[in-house]
Amino acid sequence: MSALKVMTDRERFTLTCVGTAGFFGLWYLAALLQFAPTKFLPMPHQVLMKLVQLCSEPFAGAVLPEHMWASLKRYAMGFGLAASVGVPLGLLMGRFRWLDRVVTPIFDSLRFIAPVAWVPFAALWFGTGIGGPTLIIFAGAFPPCLINSYRGAKGVEVRYLEAASMLGIGSFRTITDVLFPAAVPSIIAGLRIGAGLGWMSLVGAELIVANSGMGYMIVKGQSAIATDIVMAGMIAIGAVGVVIDVALRKLEKRLLRHRQQS
Amino acid sequence: MFRSTDDFFATGIGRFATVLGVLLVTVLLWYVATTVTGFIDANRLPRPVEVWQSLQAIATDGYGNGRLHQHVLHSLKLVAMGFAAAVSVGVPLGLAMGHSKRIEALINPAFLLLRPIPPLAWIPLAIVWLGLEDASKILVIFVAAFVPSVINSYTGVRNIDKPVLEAAQMLGIRGFSLVREVLVPGALPMIFTGLRLSLQASWTTLVAAELIGALYGLGSILNQAAQDIYPAMIMVAMIFVGICGAATTWLLGQFERRAMPWQQKSVLQ
Repeated sequence: MSALKVMTDRERFTLTCVGTAGFFGLWYLAALLQFAPTKFLPMPHQVLMKLVQLCSEPFAGAVLPEHMWASLKRYAMGFGLAASVGVPLGLLMGRFRWLDRVVTPIFDSLRFIAPVAWVPFAALWFGTGIGGPTLIIFAGAFPPCLINSYRGAKGVEVRYLEAASMLGIGSFRTITDVLFPAAVPSIIAGLRIGAGLGWMSLVGAELIVANSGMGYMIVKGQSAIATDIVMAGMIAIGAVGVVIDVALRKLEKRLLRHRQQS
Repeated sequence: MFRSTDDFFATGIGRFATVLGVLLVTVLLWYVATTVTGFIDANRLPRPVEVWQSLQAIATDGYGNGRLHQHVLHSLKLVAMGFAAAVSVGVPLGLAMGHSKRIEALINPAFLLLRPIPPLAWIPLAIVWLGLEDASKILVIFVAAFVPSVINSYTGVRNIDKPVLEAAQMLGIRGFSLVREVLVPGALPMIFTGLRLSLQASWTTLVAAELIGALYGLGSILNQAAQDIYPAMIMVAMIFVGICGAATTWLLGQFERRAMPWQQKSVLQ
């Protein structure tokens, strides 16, 4: 019954070290035993060196920070659009039943289409620069933004709404002053899920249609059979994803703290 | 008969009628915009007739190396294989990590290092390692479906009430019977949440992998149609991506209801 036994901090620390060492140890072992040629399986330090090198030596037309910047621009557009359409629409759907009834069937019939399946239309409609990828990020990030703000608005206690209508507040102010503040925790949770899915969709879009960005960089690394570049790009993509998630977590804490005080 | 419109919408028929009505109006708008007025260029958004013709063409004559059912079955097969492999490794691992803090401490570093990498970013690596064959697609689906299965099974075990675990310990339940009688039933709702997320991730990843390079599959139709600038066929492929995603999710839902009859009862009560 190990779950119920107390584990000391020291034991936890040791096991964590063993786990980390095991992960990199196995990786090194596989590379050193020539499990696969170095070209296909570089060693961890080689990947890290490549990551540093990519910051100064251009690959696929740009250095890594430039690729990162290109990705982030697209991401900000797509995610910003998804949040600024999804959140208000969700709140409105929570307020007005007729809108809920009209939008839900359309939304439900589009929901199961994987975001990357929009790639061909995105390229056809908006090109491969910034517009096309933006649509794909939008397709990934939009559903959680909408669903969560809708659920948040639906979860508002009826007496608040009744109080608002008794005080003679109009529909618009009911949404901004009653529904929105009450739905904030749910909205933020939706934004976090949307941010993750949007980031993944961005990578998908860049793998297929873009001509810059981190996804484009790793797909170029793939065609050059430069596994170290692919792995370095994967690390960079993962790191940026973590930074975005941490930033949203901070925002969440801030907003919710403010909430409790009031 | 109905005191208000809300009463009408609350019935099954009412809801069904609205859904049908909204979808019909949408199709009608689409028809008017593309066919009647020509407001939207058919090179950008295909006409409904063209979509229907493309559907017939791919179903009978085939498009991009095969007929529709061959593409659909190929995609379904890959998703099923990758998903099954990920779940059969991920769920036990998540259960083990949730139950034993030692296993958690041991596995977590590797998991935390790999988890932030979006599954789609594995596609180039999978292609370098395994080429454009089915194996590389199964690998990326595995990666995509693995993470949600582990995390949710882990959370499921962690959320089991402590008294339940203590009672099991007191009654001397251990080993396999502990897993079967306590951990799995307790974690099952979360496990299924994880499976649903895994399934969604599997489809997204498969479509992306097939878009990048494949001979068969729904993503390969998308890719071929995009190259041929054949919007109607793009739409047919998208519709089938949606249908397959919805159908497999429905199937999982049926399975979930069978696996957890007690959940349904509690809803009815």
